[in-house]
Amino acid sequence: MLKIENLCVKYDSIRVVHNVSLDINDGEIVAMIGANGAGKSTILKTISGLLKAESGKITMDSEDITRVDSHVIVQRGIIQVPEGRQIFTKMTIEENLKLGAFLQKDKEKVERNFERVLTLFPILKERLKQTAGTLSGGEQQMLAIGRALMGAPRLLLLDEPSMGLSPLMTQNVFDVLRQLKKDGITMLLVEQNAYDALEISDRTYILETGVVKITGWSRELIEDPGIKKAYLGGEYDA
Amino acid sequence: MKLKDSNIFRLILFVLIPLAVIIYAGLDSGGYYAGLINLVGINIILVASLNLVNGFSGMFSMGHAAFMAIGAYTSATLTLNAAQKATYMPGLPEWLMNLVLPFPLALLAGGIFAAIVAILIGFPVLRFKGHYLSVATIGLIVIVRAVLDNEDQLTNGARGVTGLPPYASTWIIFTIVILVLYLLHRLINSAYGRGLIAMRDDYVAAQTLGVNLTTKKLSAFCISAFIAGVGGGLWGHMQSVISGKFFYIDYSFKIVQTSIIGGMSSLSGSVVGSILMTYIPEFLAPLENGLRIFGTRLPELYGISNIILSSFLIVLIIFRRQGIMGYSEIITESIFSLKTYKSVFDKSEYRIFMESLKGSIKSIGSIPTRISVWISNKKRKKKGE
Amino acid sequence: MPDFGYFLSQLFNGIKLGSVYAMVAIGYSMVYGILRLINFAHGDIMTVGVYTILVLFTTYGMPLWLTIIISVALSIIVGLTAERVAYRPLRSSGEETTLISSLAVSILIQNIIVMVFSPQRVAFHLPDYLSKLHTFGTVRLSTMNIITFVAVFVILIALSYMIKNTRVGMAMRACSDNMNAARLMGINVTTIIVIAFAIGSALAALSGLMLAGEYKTIDPLMGFVPGLKAFCAAVLGGIGSLGGAVLGGFILGIIEMLFAGLMPTEITPYRDAFVFLVLILVLLIKPNGILGSNEGGRS
Repeated sequence: MLKIENLCVKYDSIRVVHNVSLDINDGEIVAMIGANGAGKSTILKTISGLLKAESGKITMDSEDITRVDSHVIVQRGIIQVPEGRQIFTKMTIEENLKLGAFLQKDKEKVERNFERVLTLFPILKERLKQTAGTLSGGEQQMLAIGRALMGAPRLLLLDEPSMGLSPLMTQNVFDVLRQLKKDGITMLLVEQNAYDALEISDRTYILETGVVKITGWSRELIEDPGIKKAYLGGEYDA
Repeated sequence: MKLKDSNIFRLILFVLIPLAVIIYAGLDSGGYYAGLINLVGINIILVASLNLVNGFSGMFSMGHAAFMAIGAYTSATLTLNAAQKATYMPGLPEWLMNLVLPFPLALLAGGIFAAIVAILIGFPVLRFKGHYLSVATIGLIVIVRAVLDNEDQLTNGARGVTGLPPYASTWIIFTIVILVLYLLHRLINSAYGRGLIAMRDDYVAAQTLGVNLTTKKLSAFCISAFIAGVGGGLWGHMQSVISGKFFYIDYSFKIVQTSIIGGMSSLSGSVVGSILMTYIPEFLAPLENGLRIFGTRLPELYGISNIILSSFLIVLIIFRRQGIMGYSEIITESIFSLKTYKSVFDKSEYRIFMESLKGSIKSIGSIPTRISVWISNKKRKKKGE
Repeated sequence: MPDFGYFLSQLFNGIKLGSVYAMVAIGYSMVYGILRLINFAHGDIMTVGVYTILVLFTTYGMPLWLTIIISVALSIIVGLTAERVAYRPLRSSGEETTLISSLAVSILIQNIIVMVFSPQRVAFHLPDYLSKLHTFGTVRLSTMNIITFVAVFVILIALSYMIKNTRVGMAMRACSDNMNAARLMGINVTTIIVIAFAIGSALAALSGLMLAGEYKTIDPLMGFVPGLKAFCAAVLGGIGSLGGAVLGGFILGIIEMLFAGLMPTEITPYRDAFVFLVLILVLLIKPNGILGSNEGGRS
């Protein structure tokens, strides 16, 4: 579905992503983990058109989307749940969700998605008319994911969904992601929370200072002692 | 070693040549070129003081001309004799009528009064968020002008005050230029200055330094206003005429423009900017009045120099926001560091100078190549976007 | 003590002036709400519109309705050019740089007009059917005044409806709230910005017509100070809020006129200064304006 080849991205004249290649197949959850500053968020932002690639190629279903404007990327079905939620704080929950469906033409489909999202996130259902800025961190994350789902994504990009959330809320979020996986939504998940990311994903790319260090099947990586030591806190079994 | 690092080169370009120019202007007193050079000097004073606030402290004030006006009028009040004051400022209290002070004191008074106004205004206004602060400073100019134009008894209203004694000689102006640049140079390179820069770069982080930021902002604002007041006094005693309309939004914006073009965050930028912005309009003046080229008379193009300058400003701010000098302080560093002067006695410095000079002359030959490389780099960058 | 009739006529003068401020303030508020840009050139776009009418209507005798359309179109073109050339490249830079750029654009426009026409004032007359006066006791209003006043509210209602109920309006609100998130929703932010600028420029041109008709002269710098005051009005009412812009516009106009009319003559020339003073005072109490929300407006 999505294929990234030799991507290089500069940020204020410092190159933060060096020749990264990865691909995502239909129905997969692919995770990108690594320490802070590894370039994971940068890659997501570049896919979504918020940053411009210095060189390299990004293709979606064989269509080159490297230099395409952000709103066109959304038209192609690639929708991002950004870092820090980035919800519309001055608008209501309902308006936030409706905005997620901005490009959707089929009104009935939008209504169905709306119902679906509200089923997934009952908290939102109760607070439809509330201003989004009054929500707690975890609720905002639910809203952000729900908003992205309203756009009927073919590929869902999630940028550190667990950031700033309590362990309990993090579990709630990952439960939702598990449910989405069951529904067959393809996802690219960027996370600092390595264990949860490895657990939920099919394949994982581990990034370090802008390069792909390791890649493989998540269930193998999660058992690997080297990985355990470097990213999962050593000998402690979760 | 690059030519600009050579101390002898710096001595020649930044000390000896300017000195020669200043001496020439001083001797040519009253002449056309002297007038321009004096204006450059005053602009340096004004722009450097504005840079303290706009470039180093993270605020953006556009009301500089207001402080100039205060300084000009205050110093005029203290240099005119009683007869003149009776004509132009009949409403002055008795003790002020007869008070005539030597020029330096009058200038100081102008600066102090400007600083006082800065405190009064700054106290409420400096808390505003960026944009609002800038608009409030424009408001300051409007208010000051309203006062100047309407308090006939104190200021002779919109007619202005004429007959200011021509005390602002080249020597005095440039002595003050050196003093001001030195003061600001030391200020910025001190802990105080670093605090200002910290405040500019990251307001939230700077708060953790344990300094009251409002006080810091206020102090920078006041120092800047003080210097501007002195500058205004100099201006007035050079032009001999002062009036509200000279210290209005257009002049204030000219100062801002000069500051940006030279480089807001660089004291040396004030020097470069002032030289350019004083000479370019002069240079373009014939165009405004209808230039004669090859026998044909071009139509009068009023406003052309403003058009060219503001277009240049837009281009500059898009492509090189930091102005011509950027963050470089090569001029002030050269003038105020001992090693520049010591180099006269050091033989090896001469050798360094000659070699780097040779090097620069050689590299002139490669300029065309370097330009084309630069262009193709830019093209590659554009494609990559 | 001035009598009630005088007070009333000053009040209505304030409303007249306020209509102009309100109309310009709406445009200001719209652009600022989305871009956080103080467009100093906004007032000068007003001047462009007026000079177009001067040339086409007064000099060439084109019918007024056509002139107005062309003038609005030209103002939009100027506004959009400024956006494309001077503001868009700076969108990712700080607010300060766009402020400087807008000042430069303002001076550029002013001086182009100076160069093409002349720095002198020029007489400007609306056709009789617009400048016809209607008297209500001590209050005198021209047809133009009434049209402008009504137009302000029609525009306010229309734009508010658009913002609340149309897709474009929702997109505008989203851009104003969080521009990057709006991009991620598939909103073409550039198009939205262009629309906002176009609306603002059109409104500026229309308000210029009213101003010129009222003062009967025009000059190249006529737009700058009213533009500035309109910005004050928008800030006063709560920047980003259209209703606030209109409210601020009228409050400012009324205060200015009442000040001019009721204060002893020694103080009346201070009216411009007074306007700024009021603004500063309001900002001290309510950093986000009268109708603004109470989130961070202080640094």
